[in-house]
Amino acid sequence: MSDALPLLSARGLRLAFGGVKAADGIDLDVRHGEFLAIIGPNGAGKTTFINMATGYLRPQAGRIEFEGQPILGLSPRAIVRRGIGRSFQLPQLFTEHTVLENAALAIAARRGIWSPLAPLLRPRWRDEAMELLDRFGLRGIAESRADSLNEGARKLADIAMAVALEPSLLLMDEPTSGVAAAEKMLIVETLVRVLRSTGVTAVFVEHDMDVVARFADRVAVWSQGRIAALGPPAEVLADPVVQRDVIGIATHA
Amino acid sequence: MRRESLLAALGAIGLVACAWAVPWLKFVLTIALAKGIAVLGILLLLRAGQVSFGHSMFLALGAYTVAFLAPSAPEVLLLLPLAGLLGAGLGLVLGLFLVRYRDIFFGMLNLAFAMVMYSLLEKLYALTKGTDGIRVARLTFAGLEPDRPTQEWIMFGIALGLAIGFGLLVRFYLASPMGRALAGIKTRETRLEFMGVPARRVLLAAYVLSALMGGVGGALIGMTTRHVTPQLAYWTSSGELVFIAILGGAGSALGPFLGATAFELVRVYAAAAVADAWQMILGGVLLVVILFAPGGIWGILARRRQA
Ligand SMILES: Nc1ncnc2c1ncn2[C@@H]1O[C@H](COP(=O)(O)OP(=O)(O)O)[C@@H](O)[C@H]1O
Ligand SMILES: [Mg+2]
Repeated sequence: MSDALPLLSARGLRLAFGGVKAADGIDLDVRHGEFLAIIGPNGAGKTTFINMATGYLRPQAGRIEFEGQPILGLSPRAIVRRGIGRSFQLPQLFTEHTVLENAALAIAARRGIWSPLAPLLRPRWRDEAMELLDRFGLRGIAESRADSLNEGARKLADIAMAVALEPSLLLMDEPTSGVAAAEKMLIVETLVRVLRSTGVTAVFVEHDMDVVARFADRVAVWSQGRIAALGPPAEVLADPVVQRDVIGIATHA
Repeated sequence: MRRESLLAALGAIGLVACAWAVPWLKFVLTIALAKGIAVLGILLLLRAGQVSFGHSMFLALGAYTVAFLAPSAPEVLLLLPLAGLLGAGLGLVLGLFLVRYRDIFFGMLNLAFAMVMYSLLEKLYALTKGTDGIRVARLTFAGLEPDRPTQEWIMFGIALGLAIGFGLLVRFYLASPMGRALAGIKTRETRLEFMGVPARRVLLAAYVLSALMGGVGGALIGMTTRHVTPQLAYWTSSGELVFIAILGGAGSALGPFLGATAFELVRVYAAAAVADAWQMILGGVLLVVILFAPGGIWGILARRRQA
């Protein structure tokens, strides 16, 4: 894979909701294999960017290419099939299913769900789902209903479902928000270990600067629908303007 | 699961014993099985969180298929699959449109289609004889035309066999990826899309299956009652299917048959005992079920056996 060609390339993305410019000219290249953190205050347009890249929202201007192919105008379903997975700020689990079934459904989604007679939890898929949950440290709660989990487990299960689809790019919207502080580093470490082992390229929205400093290869600073700064965490986080305008706000948000 | 199979076997034996001990109940039980098959379709849609208030249109389609074709093609073994296919066909055509809608819109659009069918059946007198309905001509069973009591036994047997077959089919379906994805529509439809799964097609597949079972159930009703009227497509008839689904419980493929049998038996005995209070008894039963046994009869049985 050539280094010159970014995995995802966004140019001039614009999207306004009424007067609010949620995207006001976003240019961003995501490189193969990197962990790119997105930081910025609430309402800066971080989720909007993920929604545009996954086909949930359509920008009013600009273009997005994935693996060199334009993906704008494709449905979320088509974009997932091309290899962009996502997890959600509010975990989107099948709440009346068990954690195991949630994972198995994601595996079935990749392998083909159109079999009306063989059970979802057929031995091979059950094993595969168990193995997936194991990697995320969720094996112990495999049989629990998804709506009975704590926030940390829900976040991990949500991400596990995205990983089950074997995406080449994974977009994670605030994977640690709402998670108890004590649990946070554990969850991030689990996540990073799993993601590194799959070789997936990851973009994640994060408010915790410790997490960003430790795990991100690059960080993009979002501000009012624009990218205010982009670079290695050591540089970007040290920038006094970023510290004053973004980190100050973000840590109080 | 083993409990479910045991209960199903006991239920089947119980039905046969009843039909044998009280010959006139055979008719009632055959109708109950036929409705149970149609209610399996309601159960499928309930799993997706959707309620159809028009599913009796498929009953009517199946029954009128029998009534129209019996004079020229009296073979039961031909008419039954044909009614199922026509039901599935109508289900596919309407479903392509209906699966775009959810909740109250889904329910009411089904009702609207059923009303259209009811009016057509009622108004096209030259074809359907309107509200008088059509008498079903003589039927043959694998080419033979046995005497009346034997025919009744055969119809009962076919209904029981199909009930078991469709019951098993639905049970497997619900545990399959398609069935579990169907249940996912109820809680997180957008997640399905973000997994690359077309939620509408998942619902469409279930809708077509439900329509097929509606068609078969309707054909059985036509063959058993030997008289087919537009009443079958009326909204009260659709409401009855939903009622039976709730009464029996949506937790198991046995629910529709438990509900349908209870419903038909209560109707027969209550109507005989207190002719005018039938609707009131129904309303009361529904109230009690919703308040005290939301899992329906199946829920009560499953709980008892666990205790
Ligand atoms: N679907 C939408 N409809 C209307 N306004 C929206 C919608 N999505 C986002 N916005 C607005 O766009 C801005 C950016 O939102 P968002 O991308 O969610 O920010 P962030 O994720 O950075 O907190 C906010 O002002 C938000 O209210
Ligand atoms: Mg957000």
